[in-house]
This record gives sequence, structure tokens and C-alpha cells, in this order.
Amino acid sequence: MANETASAKVRPQFRNLSLAQITSYRLPAAGIVSILHRVSGVLLFLMLPLLLWLFDISLRSEGTFERLRGIAGNFFVKLVLLAAAWAILHHLVAGIRYLALDLHVGIEKEPSRKSAVAVFVISVPLALLAAIWLFGAI
Amino acid sequence: MAIGAKRLVVGAHYGLRDWIAQRLTAVILAAYALFFILYLIVVRAGAPVGYDEWAGMFAPNWMKVLTFIAILALLYHAWIGMRDVWMDYVRPTGIRLGLLLLTVLWLVYCAIYAAQTLWSV
Repeated sequence: MANETASAKVRPQFRNLSLAQITSYRLPAAGIVSILHRVSGVLLFLMLPLLLWLFDISLRSEGTFERLRGIAGNFFVKLVLLAAAWAILHHLVAGIRYLALDLHVGIEKEPSRKSAVAVFVISVPLALLAAIWLFGAI
Repeated sequence: MAIGAKRLVVGAHYGLRDWIAQRLTAVILAAYALFFILYLIVVRAGAPVGYDEWAGMFAPNWMKVLTFIAILALLYHAWIGMRDVWMDYVRPTGIRLGLLLLTVLWLVYCAIYAAQTLWSV
């Protein structure tokens, strides 16, 4: 009898996250590192032809090299380059953390939380340096 | 199920291979990035890099080959990553296959473009 009443109870259901829940869902630092690793990777994938084009005109001739200075002087191009710089830095630093985790280095709860925070402590100031380097000359 | 000594015809055995390849290509990319920064410091030696120094960095054949290896590693790395993204978020088979095809074309285009750039210096 006890079992029957227990099974009749309305039990909470945990479904997949819906889009509306994303903003109220509090991720731990490692979760933020993880989703940004994916976001930065997709961003770099999409920017690849642009970055290769910049690489191309930087090498094609002295004239196109000088033209690149002009293109890179544009505010919006600088923003795009800053996004690329951040994406590379975050992807690289977080990637090194994942390689360490794959080797079972720092997989305990507290070390892994600290290394997740460390990813931001390293990548964000480096991205800020890139921003100063890009926008400092304005 | 194995046919003969080597051929596997069922199961997602490409999973482990790609998992390893993703990490191997990541190590190649990190090593190339470190090498490139050191190379830039040597070439630069405190002075700003002009066109001649920049193009000169990519003039030796070994540098072209090394850079192209890094780009191939990047493309394989990006392929595994993007394939995972499409598999995670796109369910309909037709759309997923279309996106996978576009991803391959996008990456092959990038590889050819990079090769043209490198060997035109």
C-alpha cells in the first residue's frame, strides 16, 4: 500500500534546459570556461577565411602590406581582430587546461575549480593587452 | 563486427581516433604558436617588422611546410570541433548532413587558399 501511494505522487521532472532557462541557469566557472571554449572555437571557424585573407594580403606584396595597415586601422576591423584575439587566447588557455585534465592532472573538485578561474585570470588580461595594442594608437 | 583481420563495419570506432586526433592537433597548434612567437622575436630583434622582414619569415621552404602542417592541423581540429557542434545542436538528418558538407567545403577552401598564399611568397 505504501508503495502505491508513493508511486501516485507527482514527482519533479528534470528535462533538458530550455532556451528560456539559460539566462537564469548559474554555471560554475568550469561550465563558463567550457561553453566559451565552444563559442570561441565556432567564432574562429567562422572567421578563418577573413584571417586567411588578412594573412594573404600581408604577404602578397609591399603594396598590399601597406594597404593592410589602412584596413587594420578601421575601428570595426579592430573590433573583429580583438574578438579573434580573445577567441584564440581563451581557446588556447582553456585548451591547455583540458589537456591537463585529460592527463588526469587537477581533476579533483577544488583544483579543477581553481584552474577554471585561472583560465580567466590568464586569458582576460592578455585579451585586454591585445585591446590596448589594437586601440592604443587611436 | 570485424570482416577479415582489420576492417570494422559497425560501431562508432572513429570516436576514439578523432578524440586523440583533436588533442594531437591541439598540441601541434600550441607548439606552432610558441615557435612562431619565438621566431618573431628573433626576426624582430626589437625593431618593428616591415614587409621585407615579414615576407622573409615565410620565404624559406621549411617555414612554408611547417606553417602548412599547422594549418592542416587547424583544419582537422576545426572539423572535429564543428562536427561535434552540429551533432549536439542539429537533429534533422538532412540539415545536419548539409551543414557537415558545408563545413568540409569551407575547410578545404581554407586549406587551398592558405597553400596558395604560402607558396606565392
